[in-house]
Amino acid sequence: MTSTPAAGAPRTAVLDKDGLAALVAALVADGRTVVGPTVRDGAIVLAPIDSAEQLPYGWGVELEAGHYRLSHREDGAAFAHSAGPQSWKNFLHPQREKLWSADRAKDGELTVRAEPPEAVSYAFLGVRPCDLRAIAIQDRVLTGGHFRDTGYGERRRGAFLVAVECTAPGATCFCVSMGGGPGTDSGFDLALTEVIDGAGHRFLVRSGSEAGTALLDQLPCTAADRETRQAARTVVADAADAMGRAMPPVDLQRLMGGSLEAERWDDVAARCLTCGNCTMVCPTCFCTTTEEVTDLTGDHAERWQRWDSCFDLDFSHLHGGPVRSSGRSRYRQWLTHKLGTWHDQFDSSGCVGCGRCIVWCPVGIDITEEVTALKAEADTKGHAQHGTHEKEAER
Amino acid sequence: MTTSPTTPTTPADPAAPGRPTLAVFKLASCDGCQLTLLDCEDELLALSGEVEIAHFLEATSAVRPGPYDLTLVEGSVTTPADAERIRQIRAASRHLVTIGACATAGGIQALRNFADVEEFTRAVYARPDYIDTLATSTPVSAHVDVDFELRGCPVDRRQLLEVVTAFLAGRKPDISDHSVCFECKRRGTVCVTVAHGTPCLGPVTHAGCGALCPAYGRGCYGCFGPAGRPGPSGGSLSVNLPALIPVLHRDGMDDRDVERLLRTFNSAAFHAESEEDS
Ligand code: SF4
Ligand code: SF4
Ligand code: SF4
Ligand code: SF4
Repeated sequence: MTSTPAAGAPRTAVLDKDGLAALVAALVADGRTVVGPTVRDGAIVLAPIDSAEQLPYGWGVELEAGHYRLSHREDGAAFAHSAGPQSWKNFLHPQREKLWSADRAKDGELTVRAEPPEAVSYAFLGVRPCDLRAIAIQDRVLTGGHFRDTGYGERRRGAFLVAVECTAPGATCFCVSMGGGPGTDSGFDLALTEVIDGAGHRFLVRSGSEAGTALLDQLPCTAADRETRQAARTVVADAADAMGRAMPPVDLQRLMGGSLEAERWDDVAARCLTCGNCTMVCPTCFCTTTEEVTDLTGDHAERWQRWDSCFDLDFSHLHGGPVRSSGRSRYRQWLTHKLGTWHDQFDSSGCVGCGRCIVWCPVGIDITEEVTALKAEADTKGHAQHGTHEKEAER
Repeated sequence: MTTSPTTPTTPADPAAPGRPTLAVFKLASCDGCQLTLLDCEDELLALSGEVEIAHFLEATSAVRPGPYDLTLVEGSVTTPADAERIRQIRAASRHLVTIGACATAGGIQALRNFADVEEFTRAVYARPDYIDTLATSTPVSAHVDVDFELRGCPVDRRQLLEVVTAFLAGRKPDISDHSVCFECKRRGTVCVTVAHGTPCLGPVTHAGCGALCPAYGRGCYGCFGPAGRPGPSGGSLSVNLPALIPVLHRDGMDDRDVERLLRTFNSAAFHAESEEDS
């Protein structure tokens, strides 16, 4: 153990694989539900794990638009993959949650009971830097405003976050161009960087909270040596240079606002299935609807909240029918909200560049490609307009 | 199915006054959707407490004449006699709900819509002149007004109960029109198309089954027919079938495979989608 300057002060140390196993064991012993990456059904999914043995040691992923495949890795890395089919939203903002129930007694008296959120204390292992930003966005959306999602708030408050910096970005990652990157300095309890070289397979670990430091103090770790720190810096810097994609460097909010009548929406609508997968996998999409459940007698009723999506016709249903009935208007809603009006609502972009919507779109519609095309269209029109103005001026 | 007994029997327990009456009828179908109702074992007792089952030959030969408050109809219209019968059923029903792919889309028997029925009857029956059938198999909604269509081959038990419960409570059934992919993602299933290259009709198929097949590593077969709801021009507002075909090809299907995949229980409805958009 290194000497600790003050209890709870941030620490940096090195864990080996046994140390990582001890970390998982300590979180489990703490009574937490530990959720981490593990191989299931041909993918690295996020699921409850009870030991570090379930981590995807030796597995990587091959990502492309509409394409995901597992691949073997010679180096035996546990975290050399990128965003998978789910995100932490699946746990913090679950797809279906009971809000309240009501019972009518024989005498007609009605009792309404709020449903307390399930008391679960999570530890998330392997939160990527893009996902840390996504969680921060959902925090703002779901707990930062006037209408608060208490269930989300409870789960979020109790969650212990172990971030993992990225060393193997996928071909669909573009966090750097969204203002993020494969490294992180805040928003976690512990952060790991996996280093595999001649000196062995190990994890540089930094604490980012008192709880993180307290846990780290219990673990069998060694002092953070210069070589490991340097190696960790290098792998993360290399990852930043290895982004598979990039969002064009434009003012996205302005581009979206100015593109409402773009022809490109017709082009993408011809390819879009309006299946909703992009919104379901997006770690920031938060929309829900409510459903009323009654039993046959009508004496018992429940209200549930469930994930919704702007690709659902019911999403914009007003009396008479859906406002956004065409695929064009629904795709446009998704993109212009994500990249444009999100800024007006929540002071940030709704996209962190994780690439999930690209990978899990069955037809491989690529948000960066659509923006590139919208920008090209805006540029051409701008030029055309500009040209007209000049001609008019000449006349 | 047997025909109705000539003398209607009175139920042993006289109906409480004001209990709504429920009737179940079938046209051309396999009985599977009605069986789904019988399969609601835990809820059947509660159901029979809330409604008077006035006509349900699959369950009891005791039948009462209409009018009925809620009528469930299974099966498609394939004969002139059924075309007439569904009009009578409609006339005797306050609310008419069609259940299953046959009643809502014509069923697998709508394959005849793409072929010559006379040729079939000649090939199959020793005495084709005994067969009195229509050239097409059509959904009930092509003949009479329908209050609600519940999709599926067969219908989903949970959804069927929801529809019956909603009609009893006088509210709109909570049945989503979106794609199977919504349910698949909510269920946490790894997409079989993206991760395994397995052809799947989920993106164009109406939700309702809970994304059963992908959860077992199989592609969706389209049992619930096209997603969405009909738009003003007839085709679904939410299905872009032509956009899915290249993905099916990418995942190893040739034109014949695609045709077979689309020509099952909802063949007529999927056919309308390919016509609509192409
Ligand atoms: S829009 Fe796409 S890339 Fe951006 S955060 Fe959502 S899923 Fe990730
Ligand atoms: S993009 Fe659509 S589903 Fe996502 S948050 Fe916005 S409106 Fe909701
Ligand atoms: S963009 Fe892709 S994932 Fe999103 S609704 Fe369209 S087809 Fe589905
Ligand atoms: S497996 Fe099929 S139903 Fe599920 S998300 Fe993929 S395409 Fe949609």
